[in-house]
Amino acid sequence: MPVDVAIAAAKVLFALFLALQVMGLGVFFERKVSALIQDRIGANRAAIFGFAGLGLVNTLVADPIKFLLKEDITPAQADRFLHFVAPCASLVPALATFAVVPFGDVLAVGGRLINLQGAELNVGLLFVLAMASLGVYGVVLAGWASNNRWSLLGGIRGSAQMISYEVAMGLALIGVVLTYNTLDLQEIARAQGRLLWGWVPAWGILYQPLAFVVFLVAGIAESKRIPFDLPESESELVSGYFTEYSGAKHLMFMMSDFVEVVLVAALVTTLFFGGWQVPYLAREGFHFPWGTAVALPLLVVALLQVTAVAVKAIAFTWLQIVIRWTLPRFRYDQLMRLGWKGLLPVSLANVMVSALLVLLAERGA
Amino acid sequence: MLPGAPLTWYLGLSAVVFAIGAVGVLVRRNIIVIFMAIELMLNAVNLTFVAFARSLGSMDGQVIVFFVMTVAAAEAAVGLAIILALFRNRETTNADELVTLRW
Amino acid sequence: MTAPVFLLLAVLVVAAALTVVAHPSPVYSACALVVTLFLLSVFFVALDAQLVAVLQVIVYAGAIVVLFLFVIMLLNLTQPESRPTAGVPVVAVAIGGGIGIAALVAAALRRVPPPGAPVLPEGFGDTAALARRLFTAYLLPFELTSVLLLVAIVGAVGLTSRKG
Repeated sequence: MPVDVAIAAAKVLFALFLALQVMGLGVFFERKVSALIQDRIGANRAAIFGFAGLGLVNTLVADPIKFLLKEDITPAQADRFLHFVAPCASLVPALATFAVVPFGDVLAVGGRLINLQGAELNVGLLFVLAMASLGVYGVVLAGWASNNRWSLLGGIRGSAQMISYEVAMGLALIGVVLTYNTLDLQEIARAQGRLLWGWVPAWGILYQPLAFVVFLVAGIAESKRIPFDLPESESELVSGYFTEYSGAKHLMFMMSDFVEVVLVAALVTTLFFGGWQVPYLAREGFHFPWGTAVALPLLVVALLQVTAVAVKAIAFTWLQIVIRWTLPRFRYDQLMRLGWKGLLPVSLANVMVSALLVLLAERGA
Repeated sequence: MLPGAPLTWYLGLSAVVFAIGAVGVLVRRNIIVIFMAIELMLNAVNLTFVAFARSLGSMDGQVIVFFVMTVAAAEAAVGLAIILALFRNRETTNADELVTLRW
Repeated sequence: MTAPVFLLLAVLVVAAALTVVAHPSPVYSACALVVTLFLLSVFFVALDAQLVAVLQVIVYAGAIVVLFLFVIMLLNLTQPESRPTAGVPVVAVAIGGGIGIAALVAAALRRVPPPGAPVLPEGFGDTAALARRLFTAYLLPFELTSVLLLVAIVGAVGLTSRKG
């Protein structure tokens, strides 16, 4: 039993570690990719003994130190306890979701096969939705506890936006559940290892393209990134619901922003792009469709799979960053109209068509 | 013996939470808090159903919990809409002042 | 789940429930309600009701209480009340009644012999098991619930939309 606990703890810590590393890279990308898009160089001033590392030192070392050393101000007459709790309530559900994201197939340790997923829940996808719905509290409590009417406005708008897009996200996921007949993310990732017509990896995007688009858009809206960042509105509401936050608490809100970016990227890769699947890589090694087979030890296979997940997650993080720096912001009514009148009917139609196709496929088989 | 405690302990916990909710409905005057106490009572009953489902080995208890949750959601939506409409008319949420239907 | 963990969680649930009922600020009551619902969800997981546990978080803690918070913020009822509870006689009678309910349940529990530990079927508490019961034996209530939700949506919109 203690061995089980130790293994589970190690898996969860590794998943968190992976998530936070990609998040750090995401922050770095944000600076540099936005600089590229805006035709400038980006942050490159901080250096350690002359080593500036193209801005890596600035983003990954100087930035967090700056946030942590700033004065932590709680506004007068604000609710101190909830002001303190709100950033935690925003960050913890986002991080907790990484417990169900699979980062590899299996690893053989001391004679037993361990599943490379933090927590092996058979209701994994619903756990993701549960944590997404808990993330609303951070926003609304932050907005209220700041004793600032514009923060409150940002908080209410933010939470209304989040609950609207949760619905579309959930319905898009139903299409995925219909296709794979399971709620367990590891099983969904495993099921994408098959080959269609002998050589095409059966990734989720081939089965559920519409659900991918809906889920990506809804995910970006959930994490309140541009073009859906009206609750934050850097140029309008100062910082919206986290205006009155400084120092470490502000850092926690920024962190939760990037953690959600990485989370959406990780979920999109797991559900629609094979997760840890490397094309033609099985547990024993590569099995190319033209006949070559390369045998590899399980450890090497697992490392390749973890790298695959990381690379795909980084790719989707990059995509979200490019979207952020390209598109203008939605107005509030446009945002709500898109969520309720656009994504919701589309995802409902997707569910119905998927159900019909699954039924026909079962009848035909 | 259920996981962690015998069945009676789960039922006892559920009874305590139910009693707390009932006291809340009777004692508080803000109708939103009264509503929250009602939700507390519903959840205590949910715990009872799930505990019995586990101890009898039947899924029916969990199906009933599913229905209780759905009905509670519908009730919360309509109840809060009523509270909003009431507030617009009378500017108060004090249950002691919302007494027009009393004879 | 072991007995000390159960006791700890039970104490936390009762403390959170008392906060819901006793705290003068409605916002704190709502936050305490979220904590209570989340802890009850932990109990559901221990009782092999995984789907119900996750649904509890999604529906109850993640949607219903958010709705409560919305209404509290919209109506600006966030100030702690100066006199949150009714007068002392009402409180005394209510607490007496509450203790009475708990005592009644305790007495009833002493008379009923606890059922023996059954052999749980494979996949108890799973989505598939719940769905199987729901769509066979409980199909009619399921359909009626969907009508109920529709009625609730129409009712909520109808009650709060302003004329004109």
